[in-house]
Amino acid sequence: MGIEFKKETFRGDYTFSNSPEAMKRFPFPFDKDSYMYAVNMEPHTPVREGSVYYNSFDVDEHYVSEMADRAMVLDEDPLRCQSLPHMELHGWDLLELIMVEKAKDYPDLFQLTRDGDKWHWVNKPLGIDDKFTFMDASTLPYGPMEYITRQTQGDFCVLDQREDNLWMDAGMVTTQADWSLDFDIGMNFFEWHAPVPLAHEKGIFVRALKFLLNIQQGAPARRLNWTMTVNPLLDTSPENYHKWGIQKTTLTPENVGKKQHLRVELQTFFRLPRSNGLVFPIRCYLACLEDITKFPKWGRRLHRVIRDLPEELATYKGFIDNRPMILEYLSQFDDGAETSPGVWPED
Amino acid sequence: MAKTEFPKSIISRPVYGELEPRNGTSHLLIADGEGGQAILDVVAKADDGFLDRAHIIFIPKDTKEKYVSKLESLGAKQCYTGPSYEAAVSRIRRVLSDASNGLQIYLAGSEGVMGQAQREAMNVGYPFQSIQTEHRGSKARRMQCVHCKGITEDVITDPFVCSHCGLNLFVRDHYSRRLAAFQGVCIDAEDPGNVPDPVEIL
Repeated sequence: MGIEFKKETFRGDYTFSNSPEAMKRFPFPFDKDSYMYAVNMEPHTPVREGSVYYNSFDVDEHYVSEMADRAMVLDEDPLRCQSLPHMELHGWDLLELIMVEKAKDYPDLFQLTRDGDKWHWVNKPLGIDDKFTFMDASTLPYGPMEYITRQTQGDFCVLDQREDNLWMDAGMVTTQADWSLDFDIGMNFFEWHAPVPLAHEKGIFVRALKFLLNIQQGAPARRLNWTMTVNPLLDTSPENYHKWGIQKTTLTPENVGKKQHLRVELQTFFRLPRSNGLVFPIRCYLACLEDITKFPKWGRRLHRVIRDLPEELATYKGFIDNRPMILEYLSQFDDGAETSPGVWPED
Repeated sequence: MAKTEFPKSIISRPVYGELEPRNGTSHLLIADGEGGQAILDVVAKADDGFLDRAHIIFIPKDTKEKYVSKLESLGAKQCYTGPSYEAAVSRIRRVLSDASNGLQIYLAGSEGVMGQAQREAMNVGYPFQSIQTEHRGSKARRMQCVHCKGITEDVITDPFVCSHCGLNLFVRDHYSRRLAAFQGVCIDAEDPGNVPDPVEIL
């Protein structure tokens, strides 16, 4: 099954859209009609062929255009990719993990040939064909983390594990839900989550950290997170907030279905073998309300979740002002019928 | 002036204690402004011999002469008074560069100076948990503009104007030890020009 890569933009004229096939595999994040923070971790093992949960690193129709958007962000602001000096080994671990997994899961798109430390990497969708020496950064055009994450959808937080904590000591962050790598780099797990409301009091982060510290090699985990974004803008960074914040005020009852997007993060967690670090990819999927509500179960449920979300969370997620308009739109898809448990649209 | 109480805040916001003399092979005491009194207080609690191994670095700021002669007359092995943190920082780096195991570090005064001195110590390998801090005096903050990355020193109101790019920024409690700064974020991005009147930072 080949993937047809779309040529589209995530800024300016916003030509991004999801094909019907992409919507069928959209990671709708709500398994019931309400939402509250939870650790909600599960093993990152294949579920339902064709779903975003099937491969270690999902590649979809937006791949090539997302990588072009990342390159633009990095040209404008190189600080979106940073690695503290002790993190190069983690970068090699990550490069190996991604190359091995992608070559295994998508042999028609990615190929990796290894002869000792002489490696040959072919990335057909991006037209890359590089030979390099593993663990010798001088043989790559970028550091190992930057090299491979310029070729992989999703943001990447590369974490060092020490003192019974996780430290955000490297990352590639260009599709973030309003947090700054440049500010948070060097922080521990509790510090970089400090601004999140309610979850600390519920003990979420203490339990999540305990879980993450114990992730074993070859046994990755995953969870979903979500927020709302006006326009299919990948780069909702605090760095550029003074430029994109105003877009939140452009919603009208007429355009809300097309402009308001549900932004879902598929967060995965992999142990890195040499460094004993952890990589925390945060993969962003966007879908407009109009496309989501084509699935009756999702339309009903999204209305109920947004309606009943505590005010602190709607504020933190940045859509408190637009909530009435979003609810007005979504209410037409909620006939009050019961919804089945679980995230899948047709079950 | 006694040590400062701050409102309860988020977990990344630094908390400060009260300086206590610790056993050490040497003692580095760095303070600005009202932090001068914290140094006098910790020295008063210390055993004989503490001052023989002490290096005091003091930046008076608004307190001008209030603490200078008192600190100089303590009889510390070294006592330096500097006109600004920027002027003192090369001396601090030099002292830290040949510090041996057993050096105790005491910081007092404003958050900006304590944060920057702590960062220097961390850069040469001191765990931040081992560095004592005591807040005294001004609640001014050192702020990083998340947009242009420029640092504005001694911010005393919220919101404030970034001294580099001119955006109106609100003052977050989110704090980076690496930058020794709090985060400032544009307050009127969604409603340009609608900037609340500045209030003093608590």
